[in-house]
Amino acid sequence: MSKKVTLHIPVPQVCISLFLLLLFCVALRIDIPVSWLISDALIRLVMNGVLVLALVPMLKTGIGLNFGLPVGILAGLVGLCVAVNFRMTGLAGLFYAMVISIPIAALFGMIYAFILNRVKGREEITATFVGFSFVPLMNFFWAVAPFSNPSMLWPIGGQGMRPAIGLKRYFAKSLNSLGSFSLAGVTIPLGMILFFLALCFAVHLFFKTRLGQAMMATGENERFALISGIKIRNMRTIAIVMSTVIAALGICVYAQSYGFIELYDAPMMMAFPAVSAILVGGSLKEKTTLTHVILGTFLFQTIYSVSGPVANDLLIPEVAEIFRLMITNGVILAALLYEGGRHKKI
Amino acid sequence: MKEAAIKKFKPHMVPLLFFVLSLAGLYFSGMSTGFVINEVMTRFVRDGVMVLALIIPIRAGMGLNFAVVVGAMCAQVGLILAVDYQLSGLSGLCFITLTGVMLSLLTGYLIGRCLNRVRGKEMITTIIIGFVGTGIYQLVFMAGYGTVITPGNPEMMLSRGIGIRNMVDLEMFRNILDTIWLVTVGDVDVPIFMIMVVILFAMIIGYLGKTPMGQTFKAVSQSNEKAMLNGIDTNRVRISAIMISTVLACFGHILYIQNIGMLNVYTAHLNTDIFSCAALLAGGASISKATIRHAFLGIILFHTLFIVSPQAGQNLFGNPALGEYFRSFVAYGTIAFALMMSSSRKT
Repeated sequence: MSKKVTLHIPVPQVCISLFLLLLFCVALRIDIPVSWLISDALIRLVMNGVLVLALVPMLKTGIGLNFGLPVGILAGLVGLCVAVNFRMTGLAGLFYAMVISIPIAALFGMIYAFILNRVKGREEITATFVGFSFVPLMNFFWAVAPFSNPSMLWPIGGQGMRPAIGLKRYFAKSLNSLGSFSLAGVTIPLGMILFFLALCFAVHLFFKTRLGQAMMATGENERFALISGIKIRNMRTIAIVMSTVIAALGICVYAQSYGFIELYDAPMMMAFPAVSAILVGGSLKEKTTLTHVILGTFLFQTIYSVSGPVANDLLIPEVAEIFRLMITNGVILAALLYEGGRHKKI
Repeated sequence: MKEAAIKKFKPHMVPLLFFVLSLAGLYFSGMSTGFVINEVMTRFVRDGVMVLALIIPIRAGMGLNFAVVVGAMCAQVGLILAVDYQLSGLSGLCFITLTGVMLSLLTGYLIGRCLNRVRGKEMITTIIIGFVGTGIYQLVFMAGYGTVITPGNPEMMLSRGIGIRNMVDLEMFRNILDTIWLVTVGDVDVPIFMIMVVILFAMIIGYLGKTPMGQTFKAVSQSNEKAMLNGIDTNRVRISAIMISTVLACFGHILYIQNIGMLNVYTAHLNTDIFSCAALLAGGASISKATIRHAFLGIILFHTLFIVSPQAGQNLFGNPALGEYFRSFVAYGTIAFALMMSSSRKT
């Protein structure tokens, strides 16, 4: 296919933006302060952005959407739990959790890569179920893990982790509050945003290196890459491990902002909003850029945060949740239908 | 020689594993065999048709149809409408079936159209379709009822006047089919009529496989191009496969709910896809080959394991939750494993 330069209107993004505008108007009508909306949108951007960023390596290497994000998330949760167990506090605690979770995520990623390398062409569905089955597997671990900090164990019996562990006394909001300042009523979490941008930039730089270029070549044309002497299997493994590690970091950022570590079945469905966000940003398979990540997360998460109060005020509170579910999956379905199947390819 | 033996053994690996696990679970749970047989029989009657519904899409080469949830939702819509119009007994059941089947034909057609666009990615699409369907369904009954749709039966509404209660009691439909020809042998109740219904559905599917229509499914699954050269409209064949599957799923869910006798409006259909797929695969099916034998064997093995594992977890580790985790791991893991194996066989 030759490179065509046409005036391309990104229909999904325009639709989502218009919808967002509508929600904003409604929000203004029912007196929800704009400053609150913007502050919340900024925090949510970073809170979920790292998880969305985790999808990039696998997309660029042509493996597809990483529906198995829970694998990385679970590794991050282990790191978080270890940090809480040793009562680490503040930013140091958060970084300790991240450092602990990286090797665990790498290990999980290797196993995950071994499975995905067997199922070329059917990675997405397999990834979904690998993610789903990792969750109950880790439930065993949560139920018997030898952690000793009583604030994370069941109050009665003293064995097994609680489903939600409060981080208030440890490192909740430690990144959120780093260098955050107020501007005309809008709270700008500067440190958090810089952290996210730095991480994005690191991924960007990685894909500029020789290794990154080889991985991108694998995604663009596997046969050509093979002829050029690139070891496809290794490239795929690296991409999957990278994706898993970033997902682990992502949940650390998410948890400190949310204020709780959620264990057990909570990570089960976490991949879908992330996937949906990157698709809203306009990602199309190998041609994924960091703009897609940032734009997509911003649009998607802002809809999430605005739809809550609007639904509360106008309709019935449960509708917000149903509505989010519909947007999340509707976007993924639309993208699948838009991309088409085998016979659409050249 | 050795390779041939391995090849022959491979399809039986999963059922054998399930058999061993079930036996171990039965031993450690300390449950009486009669009780377990009773339970498995109930589950067989409840879930049998739903598992059978998965066979035809697999035959047509479309993989596991996770969109059976949509069929289940169609059945639920029929049930809720019947409660709304205060119908009961057999006439109510006929109404439910009719509404359910009409809706599932329509939704099945739409799903088929979607799947024709995404060849090679059918399974992930069916999962997402199931999620989207759930969203629409929940929105209609949570927000539509009482605002756009006027309810005829105020008893099933939430006190605020919008939305249906979480639980709708189906007193008038409870076990009306299960009690026909119920025979008690020892301490085991055998609902002969229901077992015959499940077997009848199995026979219909078996018969469909032998008709020209069934042959076209097979042709489409083997080679799309060849089928097209032979003048088969592959798109149409695939749509009809999904339509049949959705209708069967609807029937299956009606049987399931009349057996339980309660309708959990917003959640009853969730996970029906996962459990029936896992049951089918436990019987030795793969994502490209499934027979009625696989379905029946799978239901028995999978549900035996399902029934005994919490109690076994309690006895072995003193924690029933571990058994719960084990069984959800088994459900998801079986599907993940089947996906892993089937692709490796291809390359």
